Amino acid sequence: MSVVTESGPRPAESFRVGRSQRNVAWTGIGALIVIVVLAFFPYLVYSGTTAIMVQGFIVLTLASMWNLLAGYAGLVSVGQQAFVGLGAYFVLILALHGTSPFAALPVAVIGSGVAALAMWWLVSRLRSGYFSIATWVLAATVMLFIERFNSIGGGSGLPLPGLAGMDPTLLTAYTYWIGLAVTVAAMVTVYFLLRGRLGLVLTAIRDDEVAARSSGARVGRARLLVFVVAGAFCGAAGAVLAISQLQVQPSADFTVQWTAEMAFAAIIGGLGTIEGPIIGTVVYMVLQQTLQNFNAWYLIILGLVAIVVALFARRGLWGLVDSRLHVRLFPVGYWLRSVGADNGRADSGPVDSGPVDSGPVDSGPVDSGPVGGGTVGSGANPV
Amino acid sequence: MAWVNAIIQGVLTGGLYALFACGLSLMFGVMKVVNLAHGDLAVIGGYVAIGIITVTHVPVLWSFVIVVPVMAVVGYLLQRTLIQSALDRGALTTLIVTLGLSVVIENGLLEFFTANSRGIGASMTLVTGSFSIGSIQIAYLLALIFAVAVAVLLGLQWFLSRSSYGRLIRATADDQEAVQLAGADYRHVFGIAAALALGTVALAGIAFGMYSDLDPTTGTDTILLFAFAAVVIGGLGSLWGTLLGGIVLGVAQQIGAQINISDELLAGYLVFLLVLVLRPQGLVTRRTQS
Repeated sequence: MSVVTESGPRPAESFRVGRSQRNVAWTGIGALIVIVVLAFFPYLVYSGTTAIMVQGFIVLTLASMWNLLAGYAGLVSVGQQAFVGLGAYFVLILALHGTSPFAALPVAVIGSGVAALAMWWLVSRLRSGYFSIATWVLAATVMLFIERFNSIGGGSGLPLPGLAGMDPTLLTAYTYWIGLAVTVAAMVTVYFLLRGRLGLVLTAIRDDEVAARSSGARVGRARLLVFVVAGAFCGAAGAVLAISQLQVQPSADFTVQWTAEMAFAAIIGGLGTIEGPIIGTVVYMVLQQTLQNFNAWYLIILGLVAIVVALFARRGLWGLVDSRLHVRLFPVGYWLRSVGADNGRADSGPVDSGPVDSGPVDSGPVDSGPVGGGTVGSGANPV
Repeated sequence: MAWVNAIIQGVLTGGLYALFACGLSLMFGVMKVVNLAHGDLAVIGGYVAIGIITVTHVPVLWSFVIVVPVMAVVGYLLQRTLIQSALDRGALTTLIVTLGLSVVIENGLLEFFTANSRGIGASMTLVTGSFSIGSIQIAYLLALIFAVAVAVLLGLQWFLSRSSYGRLIRATADDQEAVQLAGADYRHVFGIAAALALGTVALAGIAFGMYSDLDPTTGTDTILLFAFAAVVIGGLGSLWGTLLGGIVLGVAQQIGAQINISDELLAGYLVFLLVLVLRPQGLVTRRTQS
């Protein structure tokens, strides 16, 4: 906000709005290298390790989607487990009819997306807490509905057929690759959603819904798209879950614990940033693996950390990094560049400064960052 | 006759659901807090009751004399610390904090008290006995719970409309800045409202412990979802709407169970979704002041 008011004395043409291409190129290459290295993991590590990493992929996919929902679109869904479960059941149903579970995954994605579209009609008018509860009740309803059909295992579920003949090592590797592919697809989708036109709308909703509406942003349509995309990818995660567990079970796949885990990972890492869910997932996996012999303790600690982060570091761990170093691995916002008389082309800091309503933590980049008062207010040309 | 019986049982269970829901309704009405930890707090209330009954051997029915004040104090402190600081940061933070609290409580109970389910006063005649009107059996306990729910709602109604603290709570719900200007501390008022809400939550926990069994997951699986369904069906901010919502939910469940024993929960949720689609403001709406 201060950028606009303080730039008054300066002529308008001395600023150019741009995007950081260089940064994106480096991150792109970096991300590609990481993906290639990750793709070789089944050749390098024990299958126990890849199995754990598949869990991480599932959580990262879910956390990215929850970040899109709650961090950007303002939709605090507590019913995403509906799509995890549906994804798993789509795979099971197709596998029971003889399709390979791997080939069933795309169907699970589309099916979950369509289910999300239908559910949106029920919950779209609700805001805030009522939206949360309605999605939760919907998830419970979907589970109860599926439990009615004894042919797909009723209340106790069924083992996933169709993979029994496969070599276990090969199966683990395939599962790993499909998990990796789903996660990469989810991250790429989120990145391009946010970098495109919709991203502007979503960032505006994140910062101030009323202002976004009054500026003519089609808030409802943006929310619908986010809900459907999140439903589809949560379904994909559910399909990966079914394949990795080789068992589909209503109580395990439709548990609200999925939403708790994805929410905590997203919150701890930092809502409203693409990087946040990655950090959050790492924290989640480290906690879960270290405390796995202590039953529910990792969830207790995760819950407590999420509460502390929500109260005292609203932009999460990544927000803490960002406010000190001004780093964006996946920049989707716009930057102001000053184009002075002497061709000064200094990057003057991100305009997209993270959620605005989050108090003092947040005002960092805007007020005291390179853009802030310093450069612009003083009227001096940065050289 | 089976259908009449189902409806009567449904109405009576509706009293229990109204008891679940009135604390939730109160907290939403006064401070706009959607408390996702509501059900888990009720389970804590039930567990505290079990602990007190085992240690002090107070009569089961009188355990509420200790549990309700204890939970009220918990409610006041929770509101003044955690929930208030979340509220200061917005609706999203409040949801996240109460969701976190819910998971922490649920898994904490699981860790310290195992997943075993426990009932309250399971061997009492009050809990097991019933009387009959014609061919319809009515459990003493359900009748008592219904009476308690009505008494609690009447008490809340009286408190909010007649007492000076009640007036203050209503004023704060309407305009907390004006209340602040008039010299009252809205945070304290919020604390009082939360104390009241958790008092009813304690009763709900004890009632459910006697009616069925409590285990760490009861709070979210049953109490929270039923409470929300009752609140949404009945309509926001209306205490008697909450009772109506509870009754509609209870009757829907009993009729569902009558059709197919495993459809009890599904029928209740379907009615909830139907109300959501057809009448999202709920069955009873408070007249808006012009």
